[in-house]
Amino acid sequence: MPNDIIFSAKNVSKIFGMGKKAKVAVDDVSFEIKDGEIVTIVGGSGCGKSVLAKIMLGLYPPTTGEFLYCGKKITNLKAHWNEVQFVFQDPFSCFNQFFTIRSQLEDSLNILKNKPSRAEVKARVDAGLLAVNVKPSDIEDKYAFELSGGQMQRMLLARIFALRPRVLIADEPTSMVDACVRANILDYLMKLKQELHMTVVFVTHDIGLANYVSDRIFIMHEGKLVNVGTPAEVLDNTTEPHTLKLLDDIPEVHNAEWIKHS
Amino acid sequence: MSEKIFEVDHLSLHYLTRFGEKVHAVTDVSFSMKQGEILGIAGESGCGKSTLVSGLMGMCIPPLYPTSGDVRVSGESLMNRSESDIRSNVLAQKISMIPQGAFNALNPVRKIKDIAADVIAAHQKQGSPSSAKEIYQRLCERFDLFGMDTQRVLNSYPIQLTAGERQRSVIGISTLLNPRMVIADEPTSALDVSTQKEVIKMIFDLLEKGIFSTMIFITHELPLLYHVADNIAIMYAGEFVEMGTAEQVVKDPRHPYTQALMGAMLSSESSQRSRKPVAIEGAPPSLNQTIVGCRFAERCTRACPDCKKNTQSIRMVGDRLVRCDYAK
Ligand SMILES: Nc1ncnc2c1ncn2[C@@H]1O[C@H](COP(=O)(O)OP(=O)(O)OP(=O)(O)O)[C@@H](O)[C@H]1O
Ligand SMILES: Nc1ncnc2c1ncn2[C@@H]1O[C@H](COP(=O)(O)OP(=O)(O)OP(=O)(O)O)[C@@H](O)[C@H]1O
Ligand SMILES: [Mg+2]
Ligand SMILES: [Mg+2]
Repeated sequence: MPNDIIFSAKNVSKIFGMGKKAKVAVDDVSFEIKDGEIVTIVGGSGCGKSVLAKIMLGLYPPTTGEFLYCGKKITNLKAHWNEVQFVFQDPFSCFNQFFTIRSQLEDSLNILKNKPSRAEVKARVDAGLLAVNVKPSDIEDKYAFELSGGQMQRMLLARIFALRPRVLIADEPTSMVDACVRANILDYLMKLKQELHMTVVFVTHDIGLANYVSDRIFIMHEGKLVNVGTPAEVLDNTTEPHTLKLLDDIPEVHNAEWIKHS
Repeated sequence: MSEKIFEVDHLSLHYLTRFGEKVHAVTDVSFSMKQGEILGIAGESGCGKSTLVSGLMGMCIPPLYPTSGDVRVSGESLMNRSESDIRSNVLAQKISMIPQGAFNALNPVRKIKDIAADVIAAHQKQGSPSSAKEIYQRLCERFDLFGMDTQRVLNSYPIQLTAGERQRSVIGISTLLNPRMVIADEPTSALDVSTQKEVIKMIFDLLEKGIFSTMIFITHELPLLYHVADNIAIMYAGEFVEMGTAEQVVKDPRHPYTQALMGAMLSSESSQRSRKPVAIEGAPPSLNQTIVGCRFAERCTRACPDCKKNTQSIRMVGDRLVRCDYAK
């Protein structure tokens, strides 16, 4: 296997439960994600995006099929997460309520193999905060319950920007922030990607974002990948019905037909 | 002349932190709504939208406190009333809220029908207790009206439902007592575009059937508001900075922050693929100190030295309200 393949999935399925109650969350997917690529996974609620993301993190071993990271099975999670970092979908459950945000951000750098110095930790966390439009002094002594939903989500990204991982899996990382903050986050992410040659997998409902950042888009429906390719291949003049439906339902300003309301 | 059903006068709210410091999350917000109006509120994450919602319902629960101003529903003031008074006489009957992150609002270990019964019991006017059977009957009628798979949904636990069914259940429950007004805080941000559209359709259906008539809809997504709202207010660092019709605010924004929001939009069109959204660096001012001058000045590309000195007041510019001395 060429070593520029970060993830490779061969006929991967993930089934929850058994017998009658079995739920096929991911259904026989095969793909490769190359080093330095940005891939976005788009699809309706419950189609299996988060489960697929968790397979990439090594949290769910596939029920059938083979899933490899850099040509090897994921066995040691701690070693895996040293290189592959993540932003989970629900920011409310990601921070401990009993420690300040700042101390949790600084602590998360402890997982790095080459532990940065005290001063560097501080500098990296500050830079991460600025990249998500937050003044470091504004969260100095704050706890998670003192932040708004969108601010908490931005803390998860600040953590990533401080960690500077090789691979990032981000599940709906900007669903709660406004367009200006999203633009700033994407700006910083692109810079970081250039600098570190980072590989990024986004899971998102935001097709505008997928269109702008992706090298390739995976459209998912009921556990299957139904449309895969560059943004132009997947979005322009597509005839794939699930993609068409999603495109049709975006509330773009010029789409006068979006909803009929008198 | 249509009556003003909701009036907000110079409302300011603050949090009292553990260090005894005040965080002025909402500053001097004023607006009024007519029966049947849909007002959209959009703004930067952390600008005070959810805090404003608490104030609009009269639910200032420590550490949140009212600083000054008034909120009236059909002339009745909601300020400085006890939490239990508001809960039993206002919520669910006059004003109802659809909360941000509705998934977390549903108790995971109770079935939808039990969650609904709890909510109704908590907000029932004293002296008019209805039996569990009556509540259940009413719930069934209402869910049938929405075209839901009523029996299955009511007898399910939240986790057994799709995201759309869950969100529609929350809306169904919170409008069961026919409130005059509904405040929805980011009701669709966690949903995919198709489910989002399904939920918006349901909201319009409720409006058409007269189950409620007036709504405040909060989201960070301006294009969505364009389709949903009659009027839009843009919030920045606790203040309203622009307020006008949906058409005016989205298609012809005048405040530099609203213009920045529109410039940062992303689209699924091929023609927009390589257009870089314009990012604005920096952060809004800290809300725990007195702020002098325009709150956006530090990040505004058109700011001049005066902007940092003069506090801007909201004024009419091109038929809408704008808080910028230089807006044209
Ligand atoms: N631990 C689990 N046990 C059983 N079923 C599960 C589990 N996790 C997920 N599922 C089911 O697998 C399917 C896919 O779930 P997943 O969370 O991946 O959806 P998603 O595409 O991320 O949806 P959303 O856009 O709402 O986040 C769903 O039907 C879900 O109910
Ligand atoms: N308990 C608290 N103590 C101190 N400050 C708080 C507290 N809760 C919220 N804040 C601050 O108040 C401000 C407004 O928060 P709010 O939740 O109203 O924002 P929002 O506009 O709803 O944001 P989002 O779009 O992210 O939901 C934020 O700056 C937040 O950090
Ligand atoms: Mg998910
Ligand atoms: Mg909020």
